[in-house]
Amino acid sequence: MTNGTPASPASVAKNINRSKGTTAVSSVVEASNPVQGPNNIVAPTRMTGSQAIVRSLEELGVKDVFGLPGGAILPTYDPLMDSTKLNHVLVRHEQGAGHAAQGYAMVSGEVGVCIATSGPGATNLVTAIADAHMDSVPMVAITGQVNSAFIGTDAFQEADIVGITMPITKHAFLVTNPQDIPRVLASAFYLAQTGRPGPVLVDITKDAQVSEMEFSWPPKVELPGYRVVTKGHNKQLREAAKLIAGATRPVLYVGGGVIKADAHEQLKEFAEFINAPVVTTLTARGAFPDSHPQHMGMPGMHGAVSAVTALQQADLLITLGARFDDRVTGVLSSFAPNAKVIHADIDPAEISKNRTADVPIVGSLDEIIPQLQEACTSRFAAEAPQDLSSWWDLLNRLRETYPIGYTDTQDGLSAPQNVIQRIGELTGPEGVYVAGVGQHQMWAAQFVKYERPRSWLNSAGLGTMGYSVPAAMGAKVAQPDRVVWAIDGDGCFQMTNQELATCVINQIPIKVAVINNSSLGMVRQWQTLFYDARYSNTDLNTGHGTARVPDFVKLADAYGCVGLRCERDEDIDATIQKALEINDRPVVIDFVVSADSMVWPMVPAGVSNDQIQIARGMTPEWEEED
Amino acid sequence: MAKHTLSVLVEDVPGVLTRVASLFARRAFNIHSLAVGPTEIEGISRMTVVVDAEGDSLEQVTKQLNKLINVIKIVELAPEASVQRDHIMIKVRADASTRLQVTQAAELFRASVIDVSQDSLVIEATGNAGKIEALLAVLEPFGIREIVQAGMLAIGRGSKSMSDRALKTISA
Repeated sequence: MTNGTPASPASVAKNINRSKGTTAVSSVVEASNPVQGPNNIVAPTRMTGSQAIVRSLEELGVKDVFGLPGGAILPTYDPLMDSTKLNHVLVRHEQGAGHAAQGYAMVSGEVGVCIATSGPGATNLVTAIADAHMDSVPMVAITGQVNSAFIGTDAFQEADIVGITMPITKHAFLVTNPQDIPRVLASAFYLAQTGRPGPVLVDITKDAQVSEMEFSWPPKVELPGYRVVTKGHNKQLREAAKLIAGATRPVLYVGGGVIKADAHEQLKEFAEFINAPVVTTLTARGAFPDSHPQHMGMPGMHGAVSAVTALQQADLLITLGARFDDRVTGVLSSFAPNAKVIHADIDPAEISKNRTADVPIVGSLDEIIPQLQEACTSRFAAEAPQDLSSWWDLLNRLRETYPIGYTDTQDGLSAPQNVIQRIGELTGPEGVYVAGVGQHQMWAAQFVKYERPRSWLNSAGLGTMGYSVPAAMGAKVAQPDRVVWAIDGDGCFQMTNQELATCVINQIPIKVAVINNSSLGMVRQWQTLFYDARYSNTDLNTGHGTARVPDFVKLADAYGCVGLRCERDEDIDATIQKALEINDRPVVIDFVVSADSMVWPMVPAGVSNDQIQIARGMTPEWEEED
Repeated sequence: MAKHTLSVLVEDVPGVLTRVASLFARRAFNIHSLAVGPTEIEGISRMTVVVDAEGDSLEQVTKQLNKLINVIKIVELAPEASVQRDHIMIKVRADASTRLQVTQAAELFRASVIDVSQDSLVIEATGNAGKIEALLAVLEPFGIREIVQAGMLAIGRGSKSMSDRALKTISA
């Protein structure tokens, strides 16, 4: 997605057909070379399959990989030891390797790589692979497989990982012939990062790793069934411009695709050109600056009133790289009921999947958005766009009346929202913020101000508790000069905190803020609201006045991290400052907060977004329209 | 729900049938029949899938199929623009007293007898769904012992070739 024009061999072939004999041919081929990396020419050299794996990764320009060895991948770990170009980070659990690769990919835009052995090693990657699939994260997972002669015999540590991951990968390869290794790995990287990015699994049998082959580079990538459309269709663009010119209540509904396509600058220019309000979904936080006067906030179940209302009352949704997820739409039939829909996405299958699009545009947003702007420029010359001032009056009023906020706690403990807000304010927009899943995730999306893309990472689609610590680790490896915060919950933190060992040993000084409300907070919130405050199995006993199992400060200490605890409002700033000053090892802060704080606003499940509540039982007072 | 016939060109690689079949299952589409075989191009297989779906969901399943890396091309074959054939083998009870009647019935349908024993015949027939149904109705009174049927095959009418054009894209 990041380098040059992504185009498949198939579409290249089409271009060649059309422009036969002209000089344009060579430039087309060059621009769309499917093999990433410096593209050194390597003359045929004899080596083992495992050496070919390491060499291929080097030739692809890979710098960092996350993994954990085992029997079936052991041959590959031997030449890996000698590689000076590859930095291998030894994790403590394969799930950690997967999320680390995701974090690495999300902040850098490069393909994240994780390695595991067969059987349990591979199945431990499954959650991270599914997560990457849901959130379109470019990632290559390399797994060892039992000897090809043993496949299908229920051999020791055998699992059909290609079969298991078929529905949760963009593609999965099984390699039994060492000669295929360079081609398959180059194809995997090409697939992972072009078009709609996603995870690709390469399963390599042990005999393919130990047998000899003839290595040469670059390999020939042939994917006849894979073609990516990047440019928008002119007719659709004209139709879109027509709708934009005629809209009195347009909204730019921006999703994570804008960040994946590196199209944030084009978005800003276009948004200012058409003067439409912008909402950024959970995966799109930072795609458009929070401080921009046209930004209406995050839409959805826990979105801002201004953002939710903008969508509900819009007469036109200009949807860019978003997918009408149920957490954004609420009850689909009542979502944005009066809006026409322009839907631009790199994946044609997303268009009209949930909401029928009036104008579908398939392509890459970094090309489509400028194309749209061009189409609007010519349209506006013929037909002046509608006056949006009454639309802006309404939205500005809503944004001022119902800002994202929180109430003080009743139990004397700190408000978690305040802790998270202060982390964001004291660290600033150059930091990277990585959340787990639950209340703290929503607060981190609401109360940290995002000004740049790739500064906010979370598990949005799959909702994987435990994402935060390993993903933050991966992000810090990719961008060691940035402050990387894992904003985690006490529940999430207990799922993957073993990677603190990886962070300490490999000097990856992340900062972990455990927002410790001593419970599975989001589930508890639902129990408060919908189950008569019957707290079935949500008490974790990690917080104030409990047995404190585990004691997070002692746990941090045991791992060789700095452990801090903050129990009073007046210590919040000083504790954060102290953490910001420590850069030689990871810091874990146990922020003891109230368990009764809730995420507001909220659209209860199963109702229309019009039923948004700003606090328990409180809906905004809607102004009469026109 | 209406039945639609999709012709799918795929790379002939391990697992491709699983990928296609499981995609239908995952998206909750019902496969009515499925036939797979090699084509005139080495390395490319063709699947004929008859699926219960309409409008939006047919569009969705086509788009999802297109996302599979091993799928090269998908064409929907409309009944009026294509030739569609079912293939069936039927084991019918037939002794000396009824054998002639059964073979005559088969002849009427231009079906052939491909196995004979003391008390049974195996009849092979090719045709559209209506013809197969009618043949079965005629044979029923004699006693049908066993039926085996292949997935429906379909090909577009006229000189155009589906794989021809797909191949050009690949080899160019």
